[in-house]
Amino acid sequence: MSVTDTPILAIEGLHLEIRADRRRIPILRGIGLAVTPGEVHGLVGESGAGKTMVGRVVLGIAPLRSRVSGGSVRFDGEDITHLSEGGRRRLMGRGMALIPQDPMTALNPAFRIGDQITDVLRLHMELGREAARARALDLLNDVHIRAPERVLRQYPHELSGGMRQRVLIAIAFSCRPKLIIADEPTTALDVTVQRQVLGLIKALQADRGTALLFITHDLGVVAKLCDRITVLQGGRVLEQGAVADVFEAPKHAYTSALMKATPRYDRPGDALQPVPAALTETLNDEALAYDEARDA
Amino acid sequence: MSAGFLLKRLVLAVPTLFGVAVIVFVLLRIVPGDPIAMMIGPGATPADIQQLRVTYGLDKSIAHQFLLYVGDLAQGRFGTSISMRQDVLELILGRLPVTVELCLMAMLLAMINGGAMAVTGAYYRGRWPEAGIDGLAGFMLAIPDFLWGLLFILFVVILSLTGLPISGRISHEISFQAATNFYLIESLLRLRFDVLGSVLLHMLLPALSLALPLAAIVSRVLKTSLNEAMTQDYVQLARVKGFSRLRIVAREALRNALVPTVTLTGVQFTFLVGGTVLIEKIFSYPGIGNMAIDAVINRDLPLIQGLVLTFAVLFIAINLAVDMSYALLNPRMRHG
Amino acid sequence: MAELAAARPAWRRAADNWRIRLGGGFLLFLVAVALLAPWIAPHDPIDQDLLLQYLPPAWTGKGEAAHLFGTDNLGRDILSRLIYGARIALVVAVCAALAAGLIGTTLGLLAGYVGGWVDQAISRLVEIWMAFPAVLLSIVLVAVMGTGLHSVIIAIAVIDWTRFCRVVRAETMAQKAQDYVASAVTIGLPQRRILVREILPNVMPLLLVLLTLEMGIAVIVEAILSYVGLSLSSEFPTWGGMIGAGRQYVNQAPWLMVAPIVMVIATVLALNALGDGLKDTLDPVMRK
Repeated sequence: MSVTDTPILAIEGLHLEIRADRRRIPILRGIGLAVTPGEVHGLVGESGAGKTMVGRVVLGIAPLRSRVSGGSVRFDGEDITHLSEGGRRRLMGRGMALIPQDPMTALNPAFRIGDQITDVLRLHMELGREAARARALDLLNDVHIRAPERVLRQYPHELSGGMRQRVLIAIAFSCRPKLIIADEPTTALDVTVQRQVLGLIKALQADRGTALLFITHDLGVVAKLCDRITVLQGGRVLEQGAVADVFEAPKHAYTSALMKATPRYDRPGDALQPVPAALTETLNDEALAYDEARDA
Repeated sequence: MSAGFLLKRLVLAVPTLFGVAVIVFVLLRIVPGDPIAMMIGPGATPADIQQLRVTYGLDKSIAHQFLLYVGDLAQGRFGTSISMRQDVLELILGRLPVTVELCLMAMLLAMINGGAMAVTGAYYRGRWPEAGIDGLAGFMLAIPDFLWGLLFILFVVILSLTGLPISGRISHEISFQAATNFYLIESLLRLRFDVLGSVLLHMLLPALSLALPLAAIVSRVLKTSLNEAMTQDYVQLARVKGFSRLRIVAREALRNALVPTVTLTGVQFTFLVGGTVLIEKIFSYPGIGNMAIDAVINRDLPLIQGLVLTFAVLFIAINLAVDMSYALLNPRMRHG
Repeated sequence: MAELAAARPAWRRAADNWRIRLGGGFLLFLVAVALLAPWIAPHDPIDQDLLLQYLPPAWTGKGEAAHLFGTDNLGRDILSRLIYGARIALVVAVCAALAAGLIGTTLGLLAGYVGGWVDQAISRLVEIWMAFPAVLLSIVLVAVMGTGLHSVIIAIAVIDWTRFCRVVRAETMAQKAQDYVASAVTIGLPQRRILVREILPNVMPLLLVLLTLEMGIAVIVEAILSYVGLSLSSEFPTWGGMIGAGRQYVNQAPWLMVAPIVMVIATVLALNALGDGLKDTLDPVMRK
């Protein structure tokens, strides 16, 4: 436990529901978790378990038809559960940032890379044009992009997926946020590139002491990267604790099944076992309905 | 996007122009009614008619006539206007700048107006202002340019808005020795702001009449594209970066929405040029459109031919400009 | 939701659509007015009364009850001219739209279905045709053919058929790719039969929408042509002619322009509403 005990992010009893066709579908049911400064916290679960939603609520970009029906989200001590849009925007950049999932679509195809990095810098760091450009070059170097001057002038479609993700990482770290939410940042990448990118994220995070909420369904990644972990299922927290503890002694059959279903980098010889049907059937109808609604 | 691209499009335009020339030729000769009889007033002797026939080469075979016609065109000889007794090319070139300035102003107004409406509509997506803008666009679209012109004139007269001119290009009281007929540009360059003001004021109503229907179309198409762009991932990232909704709609999304909009509305800009025929007449605006109707009523064959060809050239020029802006706007086409 | 909507018969849904009600209602009213013109018009539209020129509308207090909308520069009753003008507007609208539709649809079906060089040729033709300024061309055509309703109708059809052609061509190509065409071909139905019996009915809804749009355009072009004096001789009442006279005397009698302009705008708006409404109701059908 670090000296500064106040968590940078504290979620308590968070309930989120979505209005679809006159019904109210619960998406998150009493989620609670805490991330201390500098901690890497893994948020794990299958698709549809609600982990991306948690990220969106924290960032203030939950879907239009959803609303927080209970609980609270505190950032750096401040209650941001029902923050105004203006307040939310002020928080972005220096407070928190996002590493999005799909590098192919997250960058604006009509603007050059340089502009997409400097615009954030100029918004939150009050840098002039030249200073921002210099900063952008530094950032590209930090994410190990070769020939950064050229990349600054290029358009997203000229870069590979891996390079685009590095740019997105650079953008996330650019204003030195206290918390970064990484939403499955390597899912859309090739396996070989995944390792590099993960290593990069870890290195940058350690270097700057940024807290990281790492959303993923891949337990192997969690094992390598995270200090603590929260396991979600059907919108509820199933397990929570230090990574080592949870992995050694999972309290739920679901968690251990999840672990067995995950290929382990360090034990490639292990046979994979799918999560037993009986366990997945604990997802009741409501959660299934939620699955349909989440794409709204 | 290279000179080669431009050249290719120009070369492709030639057959289209040729086709236009052919059709004009055919229409004015093959259609029932003796063109000479139409050109001449009552009381002409058969000798006069025969004289005219020879002058216009109408005594020769159709094929021969056509060859002469194409030959003349290629050498830039458009003949002499019957009603105005001047060289057709001179006449047209003299008045062309007037119409060009009017059209450019109208296009600018249409883009600004349509753009503002679209951005506002997309900003208020799903709320009542969006529906209001849709309704406004529908109304603007339903009323054609010439009716807008007449409506404006009605308002000015009924409400006695003497400050708004409804005829002519410039106030009679101002003297302006222009080197070219591009009053707008010249007055700006020569810092004659009194001239500039008068020209702009006279241009206002005619340009607005031309612009409104086009603005409605631009607004509709652009708003749809904007709404589409707002669902993209990069918009979500822009929100996370902390940009305001207005900035996201008017910059991040707009830049992407322009491309499909240009494709879909490009051809509408050419219709605007066609509208000048009536609008200039209604507002007594001294451009080539104004000449057109009179030329037709006076059966001035050479002038009619020249004008139709000129309009076709303008159309092709606009299409070319549209293609070029598409290439400029689409980043994929600029670099690969 | 779409499945539920498609379950009710098309005409039912059409009747419920407010746009169709509004637009269709106004048009029916107009048709009634046009048909009943001889009985409901208070005066003979070409009857001149030079003693009663420039009479303002009755409700301004300076007019006469006998001439509700006032009189024009030759003392003719505006309301009566307006009523009879509706006849001409409607006749031109329907005939021109049908004519343009016939030409455009035939060529569009051919281009879309046969493809190959036929398609190339027709598409090229459309391209060149569209390089002409429509207004100018219509004026030229009418000037050349002489004035008269038939010239106006032919001119409109000749100029605007391209609108039908492009859309029908695209729709035909889309339909051609569908399964029901493939099965018709395998059964061995002759080309022409497939075109007329299978594809055309599926293109119909789109055609209907286009026809209402075209009618609106025809009304406007007719107004333009009569404004310029090229439609019918000025003693016959046309809305465009009334507007033209109105422009001339706008300083003495501004109300001359108002009524016919309002009629043209209202008719076009009604036709547009009808077209939009039809598009809305037919869309689920088309999407199937």
